[in-house]
Amino acid sequence: MRYLPKSPGDREAMLKAIGLRSVDDLFAPIPDEYRLNRDLNIPRQMAESEIVDFFRQRSRENGDGYTSFLGAGAYFHYRPVIIDSLISRGEFLTAYTPYQAEISQGTLQSIFEFQTMICELTGMEVANASMYDGSTGAAEAAMMAVRLTGRRSVIVARNLHPEYREVLATYAMHQGMPLSTVGFADNGCIDLKELERLVTSDTACVLIQSPNFFGSIEDVDAIGEIAHNHGAMLVVSIAEAVSLGIVEPPRQADIIAMEAQSFGVPLGFGGPYCGVLATREKYVRQMPGRLVGQTLDKQGKRGFVLTLATREQHIRREKATSNICTNQALVALMVNIFMTVYGKVGLKELAKHNLAKTAYAAAQFAKHGKVLFAGSPRFNEFVVETSEDPYAINGRLLGHKIVGGLPLRKFYPELGNAALWCCTEMTTRSVIDTAAGLIAESERSVRSAKEEVEEMAR
Amino acid sequence: MKHMTRKATRHVNQNEGLIFEKSSAGKAAWKLPPLDVPEVDAAKLLGSAERKDLGNMPEVSEIEIIRHFTRMSTWNYAIDLGMYPLGSCTMKYNPRVNEAVARVEGIANGHPYQPEKISQGALRIIKTLSECLIEITGMDAITLQPAAGAHGEMTGLLMVRAYQESKGNPRKKILIPDSAHGTNPATAAMVGYAVENLKSDSRGTVDIGALEAQMNEDVAALMLTNPNTLGVFEQDIHRIADILHAKGGLLYMDGANMNALVGKARPGDFGVDVMHLNLHKTFSTPHGGGGPGSGPVAIKKTLEPFLPKPILVTKSDGTLSFDYNRPHSVGRVRAFYGNFGMFVRALAYIQANGPDGLRQTTEDAVLNANYVRKGLEGTYDLPYDTPSMHEVVFSDKVQAKKGVRTMDIAKRLIDYGFHPYTTAFPLIVPGALMIEPTESESKEEMDLFVEAMKSIAEEVEEDPQMVLDAPHSTRVRRLDETAAARKPVLRWKPD
Repeated sequence: MRYLPKSPGDREAMLKAIGLRSVDDLFAPIPDEYRLNRDLNIPRQMAESEIVDFFRQRSRENGDGYTSFLGAGAYFHYRPVIIDSLISRGEFLTAYTPYQAEISQGTLQSIFEFQTMICELTGMEVANASMYDGSTGAAEAAMMAVRLTGRRSVIVARNLHPEYREVLATYAMHQGMPLSTVGFADNGCIDLKELERLVTSDTACVLIQSPNFFGSIEDVDAIGEIAHNHGAMLVVSIAEAVSLGIVEPPRQADIIAMEAQSFGVPLGFGGPYCGVLATREKYVRQMPGRLVGQTLDKQGKRGFVLTLATREQHIRREKATSNICTNQALVALMVNIFMTVYGKVGLKELAKHNLAKTAYAAAQFAKHGKVLFAGSPRFNEFVVETSEDPYAINGRLLGHKIVGGLPLRKFYPELGNAALWCCTEMTTRSVIDTAAGLIAESERSVRSAKEEVEEMAR
Repeated sequence: MKHMTRKATRHVNQNEGLIFEKSSAGKAAWKLPPLDVPEVDAAKLLGSAERKDLGNMPEVSEIEIIRHFTRMSTWNYAIDLGMYPLGSCTMKYNPRVNEAVARVEGIANGHPYQPEKISQGALRIIKTLSECLIEITGMDAITLQPAAGAHGEMTGLLMVRAYQESKGNPRKKILIPDSAHGTNPATAAMVGYAVENLKSDSRGTVDIGALEAQMNEDVAALMLTNPNTLGVFEQDIHRIADILHAKGGLLYMDGANMNALVGKARPGDFGVDVMHLNLHKTFSTPHGGGGPGSGPVAIKKTLEPFLPKPILVTKSDGTLSFDYNRPHSVGRVRAFYGNFGMFVRALAYIQANGPDGLRQTTEDAVLNANYVRKGLEGTYDLPYDTPSMHEVVFSDKVQAKKGVRTMDIAKRLIDYGFHPYTTAFPLIVPGALMIEPTESESKEEMDLFVEAMKSIAEEVEEDPQMVLDAPHSTRVRRLDETAAARKPVLRWKPD
């Protein structure tokens, strides 16, 4: 086996040194009846070339060569090539969690920079590094608010990513944490009057997403005021990190739960991604996840260490803030490099490109279909309602190697034939025009079919 | 210090400040293509939601970024540099073909919501890996959704709870041996269970008498690591399962130490009802400085209705599809389908090994641990002389007489060119030295390690202060962790 650095002679010599005759003696502690005396029924040992072929074949069966209008919590942005050059260095790729600070300063300093940049972008004072993803991060943020306020219940926005809501429901199930849902108004944003009615003295936090699942930017000020007036916290989930380049961050939030996938992380069929929590300094001791802090060594030299470990499971066991241990460190490093590449000016320009593509697409689509929730500002997603079932339109788009918007009926039955479309800097004008053309065709044929029926009725 | 030069030599590495200290206005590492649509006025589109300023985000050029991260990388220890004997962490070689195949276009860029018709490649990968892991564990079904081991534990206990509820009573507590990893009790708390400690016997394994006494209708499950954190196989495992099952409890196995069993024994064959695996340990996906991981949970048939949704099914036409209609499911534990990129790597690892390779891997891992044990017996105290599987736990009892503790020995090991072993864990061994070499170490590397450990033991006798002051050869010396926690500085700020 090519990964194993031993010759048969080595093995023999080592067994002899131990004082054993055969490998079987090593496994004597396992009672006979539980020992497997056959080959595992799995694929035979393959050559590297065969493995590469296998996955190339799977790649061809997996949307290779398609352009997509899908977003909904997973965004296709350009990834500068130096991200992979740098994270492929074995010293980053094959290092463990940096508990031994003296030989982990590379990982530790890079995390410290990551924490700093997340703070700069979110307007918060501290950030952890990292949570599994945006969905589990949002659930952990809600639980953190429960600990901080001593209250029990959580109000969740219905336009928070539906799968985030499902994850929250799973986490809350056995926490004695009642959830209620606040709906959205005609503009796709949270119904403020309903929220005002729902908040009580038992509300630990209001959990919203902005830009929300429909791409609209919430009135965070107004929502924050309602929550804070009742002594509740405001937790804001950000699923599209690139929005932070041009959209004012929710500075009124007490906790921000972010999915940083947009910052240089491949779509990868849904993971691994990178959740992050950011909050106020005064709340840090209730924040889950790893934190790196700056300190000095014995000779007064600046260095970095994992810190505030008394929050964590390996010290506190059942009293820890969370059970999280392994996190998404290497993915956080991708995010870190992406933020460093684009920086102060690039992130803004990148976000502007997203804004421009989306504005153009929404205008083209609006000529034929109906763009919903047009009254509120949006970043790079918008909802289009068609007369025809969006699955049918998407079926035809697939013929042009285009994946259309996400039909919303599955998550929001009341939205009927609406679909969620997303444009990033990667979406070309010609693809937008093709998709808009197909929607125009669909509307025309539905209209003429309708006219035919009306004609016949006359 | 007589053997030091055999493994490691000091060499120059570069200093590097924080990226913010290199930033100056007008430098850039990015370039966008010309817009092919009309430009927009952000102020007009966004109104008061428009962001004007990005604060202290850096402005640097590409070469500076390359040097910045490359320089920092040289300050890290890594498996690629040498042995990483962290007990219970299974720091094995991370094959590069895994990385290559994870970056093939359709695999790296598949969107989780793209139509199933054009997702068959990804679904086939999930299906094939699931089948392999079910066969390796001897269980009946599996979910790959959990993002890491602790997340898998949570998912497993959620299913235990759902199962117990289906029997009419969720029950109140989880039994956890005192040798367990900290995530076990933390997880039980997250699933609404009280934790009851279970004492180990003189062999370091579950005390059967204590288990019998503590097992009752309030206990939902026992969480057991097998081999346990001492590296000892729980020989009475089936008896343990029987005691639990007789009173309606379930046996949860923490699969952190599965590297001792793959191809040699299957938890499903010795009474385990639910278990998680760590793809970033046993199945070679890189640890990446702390993650990402992946924590699949394998279960027996009785727990199948409770699996997180969606589950993968084969349709009548042979294509694969996600089934969301699962009325008894515990729900979702993560958006989308889990850390798919790790599934790709784990499957590539299994393919590179095959049944013979996996078996040989396990044999070599156990061989290495026993070789270290033999080499260091007599030099370091062995608190439990029960046979070792894939790891061995010593204590600092001998060296403590000179005031030198396990952490000091670990820090001194750095000077010899090795990463430290796991210190101060498991909790049942005061001053533990927990050593797991994995199969990835050659006899030469093992010999160097044993030599280094013996040399340090001599140094403890001759010059304990020198060991207490270690490491001596790193770019920073021991760091003031107390000050870091007392007045946390968690971000850079401009002067």
